[in-house]
Amino acid sequence: MASLNNLFTSPVKVINVGLASFFADLKSQGVTAVQVDWQPPAGGNAKVAALLDRVRRWQTLVRAGKE
Amino acid sequence: MIVRHRIKPQTYFDSVTLMLIGTELKKMAGVGNAVVGMGTDYNIDSLKRLDMYSTEFDAVTPADLVLAVQATDATVADAALTAAEDLLKRRKAKSGPGASYTPTSQEGGAKQLPDANMVVISVPGQFAARETEIALEAGRHVMLFSDNVSIDDELRLKEMAVRRNLLVMGPDCGTAIINQVPLAFANVVKPGPIGLVAASGTGLQEVTALITRLGSGITQAIGVGGRDLSEKIGGRMTLLAAQALADDPQTKVIVLISKPPAPKVVEALFAKLKAVGKPVVVYFIGADPQTITKAGFQAAANLEDAALQACRLAGGKALRPLLADDEIKARAAAVTLPGRHLRALYSGGTLCDEAQRLLQGTLPEIWSNTPVAGCKNLDDPFQSKGNCIVDLGDDTFTRGRAHPMIDPAYRQERLVKEAADPEVGMIAFDVVLGFGSHPDMAGEMAAAVRQARQQSGRSPVFAATILGTEGDPQNLAKQQTTLADAGVVTFPSNVSLVKFIQHVFARKG
Repeated sequence: MASLNNLFTSPVKVINVGLASFFADLKSQGVTAVQVDWQPPAGGNAKVAALLDRVRRWQTLVRAGKE
Repeated sequence: MIVRHRIKPQTYFDSVTLMLIGTELKKMAGVGNAVVGMGTDYNIDSLKRLDMYSTEFDAVTPADLVLAVQATDATVADAALTAAEDLLKRRKAKSGPGASYTPTSQEGGAKQLPDANMVVISVPGQFAARETEIALEAGRHVMLFSDNVSIDDELRLKEMAVRRNLLVMGPDCGTAIINQVPLAFANVVKPGPIGLVAASGTGLQEVTALITRLGSGITQAIGVGGRDLSEKIGGRMTLLAAQALADDPQTKVIVLISKPPAPKVVEALFAKLKAVGKPVVVYFIGADPQTITKAGFQAAANLEDAALQACRLAGGKALRPLLADDEIKARAAAVTLPGRHLRALYSGGTLCDEAQRLLQGTLPEIWSNTPVAGCKNLDDPFQSKGNCIVDLGDDTFTRGRAHPMIDPAYRQERLVKEAADPEVGMIAFDVVLGFGSHPDMAGEMAAAVRQARQQSGRSPVFAATILGTEGDPQNLAKQQTTLADAGVVTFPSNVSLVKFIQHVFARKG
């Protein structure tokens, strides 16, 4: 896990989720970055998205328990 | 006027792209209004408010693209809708096939860049908390540019981040500089000994740019979002960031910029800052500086003063403002007001706020859409009266339109309108450079100034502050020349612009 002060001593590497112009700005500066061409989760269906979130949280907890 | 609609199911584009296309449509002859946006509750409400809603929109989701055009007749409306679709197709072609695979989820992005340490999130507010949570779960810091995130979500996410020793910069955080990398709306600064924490985007831009122009530099500039020092959030990110700067051996001086914190938060904040063991400059916008000096910190009187004090503490010698008072007075003496009122058209909220506070002693009455204590609320933000200082970046103006730092169209229109008012003597504005901002705002504003003079036959004084550094992609010197060539008097800080206004209007009164 990256601690806060590790952040200050390591190169910034970015996952850009959303506005493509932010990604273009980062690339123009030579920053290591990846663009996510974001789409609303579950095709915009809020109920399905909430269900998927519950599954994801559960998986995270299980993973944390194993570590 | 008639209204025509189209729906593109399961087609997503980001809000800036869509708003800029909406602006293009509004420029077409015969088009009264145009909305191009995702089917979010917010956009659907806007359509209803604008009388552009259709029952066809009843079943749309935030994953569907909606287009609505109000026009003189059906042919014009259909032509506009087709033009919009063409623009969108071209947009897709640019980022689409042919390029290497672009992931469509954060998890997909993480597979491509597994050692990423920062996630910048600018998705619609209702999805932003979810993306933040995914980033934090994976141990990554977050810059949360999105707004419309509930304060309950903000608290939950920041508690989660603090437990993991991770940053959540935001929500509604426009500016950060981490290890010299400007994120979102930020300037290219020099490295140096000053670290900043701010709950104000433009405030952070102004102070970091001025520090660079004064010859010093920045370690980190951490935005925390405007609500961080509220009672509910309790300064969670400000405290974490201040501790990180305290622990950072490169940071010798710390600057904190915020609206006055909730009383319950001040005590914890001051206790943390006292334990830092480094000089701290505090600027609580609009608060009594004595509460800060009494607590043992350096109180700044304004944004420029915060930069000057930080540089002095970092370099050990007193510095002068970038523009001497005598020079400001000389510039003021050289102009004549053709009317008695000021109209200031800001794109930066904190700069607008600062101008209102500093000009209250000079101007008898100030109207604003975002009035500070002592100023008056403008009933119709789209119609100025008297002395008026307007924040065009406020939500009222950005519904269905990109922020004025990106899209100059409304500010240009407003400037031309203000110039035609026989009562107007001076029009002031800000030009914010740096990443995120328009590539040539000075050029756009210079064109508006020329048009205003030509159409009105009047010559009000035009004055502007340019927020930026030599390293910014727009080229500071070139932006200054562009404005000067159009007869705009330019200033290197908002405070120097305000002093100019004070001298000109005090003389007249």
